[in-house]
Amino acid sequence: MSAVTKKEISVSSSFMDTYFGHKPTGPFASLRENAAKELAQKGLPSTKDEEYKFTPITKKIESSITNFGHAMPTNVTISDLKTHFIPGVDTYTLVFNNGILDKELSGDLPDGVSARPLSSLSEEELTEKIALAENKETDPYATLNQLAFQDGLFLEIRDKAILDKPILLLHLIKADNHGQTIHPRLIIETGKFVEATFIQLVASLDEQITFLNGLENVKVGEGSHIHHLKIQDEGKQALEVSNMVVDVPKDATFTSFVLSLQGQMIRNNLTLNLLDSNCEGNMFGIYLTNGQTHVDNHTNVDHTKPHSESNELYKGILTDKSRGVFNGKIFVRQDAQKTNAFQQNNNILLSEDAIINTKPQLEIWADDVKCSHGCTTGQLDEEALFYLRTRGISKENAKALLLYAFAGEVLEKINHETFREYCVQLVQQRLGGQNG
Amino acid sequence: MSKDNQILEEFTSKEYEHGWSVDYEADEAPLGLNEDIIRWISAKKEEPEWLLDWRLKAFKTWEKMEEPNWANVKYPKLDLQKIRYYSAPKQKSKSKSLDEIDPELLKIYDRLGISLNEQKRLQGIAVDAVLDSVSVGTTFKETLSKLGIVFCSFSEAVKEHPDLVKKYLGSVVPSTDNYYASLNSAVFSDGSFCYIPKGVRCPMELSTYFRINAANTGQFERTLIVAEEGSYVSYLEGCTAPQRDENQLHAAVVEIYAAKDAEVKYSTVQNWFPGDKNGKGGIYNFVTKRGICAGDNSKISWTQVETGSAITWKYPSCILKGDNSIGEFYSVAVTNNYQQADTGTKMIHIGKNTRSRIVSKGISAGKSQNSYRGQVQVMKRATNARNFSQCDSLLMGDRCGAHTFPYIDIANSSAKVEHEATTSKIGEDQIFYCNQRGIATEDAVALIVNGYAKEVLNQLPMEFAVEAQKLLALTLEGSVG
Repeated sequence: MSAVTKKEISVSSSFMDTYFGHKPTGPFASLRENAAKELAQKGLPSTKDEEYKFTPITKKIESSITNFGHAMPTNVTISDLKTHFIPGVDTYTLVFNNGILDKELSGDLPDGVSARPLSSLSEEELTEKIALAENKETDPYATLNQLAFQDGLFLEIRDKAILDKPILLLHLIKADNHGQTIHPRLIIETGKFVEATFIQLVASLDEQITFLNGLENVKVGEGSHIHHLKIQDEGKQALEVSNMVVDVPKDATFTSFVLSLQGQMIRNNLTLNLLDSNCEGNMFGIYLTNGQTHVDNHTNVDHTKPHSESNELYKGILTDKSRGVFNGKIFVRQDAQKTNAFQQNNNILLSEDAIINTKPQLEIWADDVKCSHGCTTGQLDEEALFYLRTRGISKENAKALLLYAFAGEVLEKINHETFREYCVQLVQQRLGGQNG
Repeated sequence: MSKDNQILEEFTSKEYEHGWSVDYEADEAPLGLNEDIIRWISAKKEEPEWLLDWRLKAFKTWEKMEEPNWANVKYPKLDLQKIRYYSAPKQKSKSKSLDEIDPELLKIYDRLGISLNEQKRLQGIAVDAVLDSVSVGTTFKETLSKLGIVFCSFSEAVKEHPDLVKKYLGSVVPSTDNYYASLNSAVFSDGSFCYIPKGVRCPMELSTYFRINAANTGQFERTLIVAEEGSYVSYLEGCTAPQRDENQLHAAVVEIYAAKDAEVKYSTVQNWFPGDKNGKGGIYNFVTKRGICAGDNSKISWTQVETGSAITWKYPSCILKGDNSIGEFYSVAVTNNYQQADTGTKMIHIGKNTRSRIVSKGISAGKSQNSYRGQVQVMKRATNARNFSQCDSLLMGDRCGAHTFPYIDIANSSAKVEHEATTSKIGEDQIFYCNQRGIATEDAVALIVNGYAKEVLNQLPMEFAVEAQKLLALTLEGSVG
């Protein structure tokens, strides 16, 4: 691919060789070639890019990832997996072994849900499915995934299917050698009037440095209600960029929840396109970080038509030398009168070295709207702490109780009961204390 | 056409009332910008060597810079080589006092409602009037000098108080700060200088009135306010320009230095020509304003009422370096027709127990775009920093936009930072309530908008509040949402 001139790609030469050293061949060659051109033009983001100002993930990748080749599925048995299932949560399970669907480890899917590898789609079909809304800037890492993904999964849900159990998407990450890169790719399309819940987990099977660069496109069908729940509790060395682009049509709702607990640097890009009237997008998140963990949540809601609603609540508790970044964007287009959009970001810093960078952003071109955003950063209320202590609760427990109450507001938003209980457990474990 | 539309129509077709210009003989620099022009300006102003060097250094830095494009505004770029960087009204003789000022020039200010002669008699405000590139007169100089206060044009300060100017010039906004600040540093022509000595409370409001008159000129003034330990000053700034088809550039720099226990209150009512109703012409207002609370317990307060300019790009900021220092920012920004404003503030908390407060009220009408862009940064050693930010937007009409870009960067766990923002239009229920009480819709809107902006207007000094309220009423007259 000599036609592509390199511009500002600061990643090491092995990266360049892997992706730009030869013309893409095999399935989706022209799609990949376009992605390569696009990427060569915009480059991977440095901290000079507004969107990645506080998250030097490109630099991290450059310094720690040496192997940009495709990760191979590793030998894992179902017993290795046991510990990674969520206790008490009954699911339909799809297991991805280093990004590729592992049929042996995966269970059956219910009626009305079909899963097939992306490689079974023609190039035209795939192009059509991932066609993004016009004038949308694609995240460079999403483009990288487009260029480099090995294979992915196309998950289709039939009209009027109402799933009795959530679908678990379990990603196993096992690095063979230092610095593995994995580009999982998932496309979900639902028919009309579907109700479904997805749970996404990442299980790092070792403590190697890995770079997980996921891209998910979700097309919600009219009148459907989709929930997407995610826990990020990864290896201490894990680097992750996760791009999710969701199209929400008429009368549909989409709810996302993400609980981020561990990883070296995690960046989540969540884009909700509210395409029509009477649709709703909800985004909820908790980041409880310690150590050196760096969690960056970028969300983007685009209200394009009248009468749509979005709710956003992200809360963070940061301790040690961890860092949180939040950027919530709400766009209300000119036609989107009667929009209701609410956004809230609250943070508690528990240690001297924790840092939070937040930017709740509103861009509004319509006048008959109700939009608000709020953002706070502070500490635990001394008086509340004192009150609990006068009631004989130890300082440690009182603190944990208050922090739990702080996070609890978001946990309450989870629709799936047993999954919620599991998250409550995880949060309580992290916060310590003896509160039931 | 419905009544609402009619009223909107009337409102949007309202002309800019300060759009006239006066012909006077001017002393002008040739068009364009290069080292020679800078030397020309410096020689014209009989400046010392160090200032010329400072200008040239800024010019060299500027040459390497690129025009910033991150602001949420769109405009045809200016050709900086087609601007005249110096234009001064030719005065028959060097005037020592107001009585000797060319009566033609005084008339300009009379017409603006700022009679320099009248000011002389009215106790209360000292005015420095800047026309195009130079200061034409300063009132009350003697009264102030008895207290040791220096309030004069910048060029005069360079001549008479070179040590002070040398010490503080560029100390808050360095000549390398940003594209327009560097440009200003290279070519600035005049401005106001104000020095309040230790322990003095300035007995009157100090005020500068800026007016662009000549065509093809840019205005590049520089204001430097230095408040020594324990002093207090309240400073006002106002501006207008004639109505012209081309876009004119106003790239000013304001620096405020507050020493220990000092307090500076800076208020501005900006009413540059906003362009006509089709978005033609208007001033590009690219301004760098920054204050530093260098000493403990100092306070800097910015209050701005922004109604004019085609494009506004302005972020009055406070660097809270001293312990217990306070920064405040109160802003009402009104945009109409095709105006675009990207304005806000930066509060940089460095010292312990520093506090800042941001109240920003945006009002957009017509096809205008109004953005709030602000940053609250709490550095690692800024223990117990406190910030409260509120930025509200009011939309009138369905072709305008309101945007909020708040950056909140906290690196200290004891910081308490709150930010809230709302966007709404004037509620039908509110209007209905007023109608029901016998208040006409138009008056109701004025009432509601006034109430909406009151928190900010209350911060203005008396003399200015009247002007600001009048301006606001004028700008928003009849704009029923």
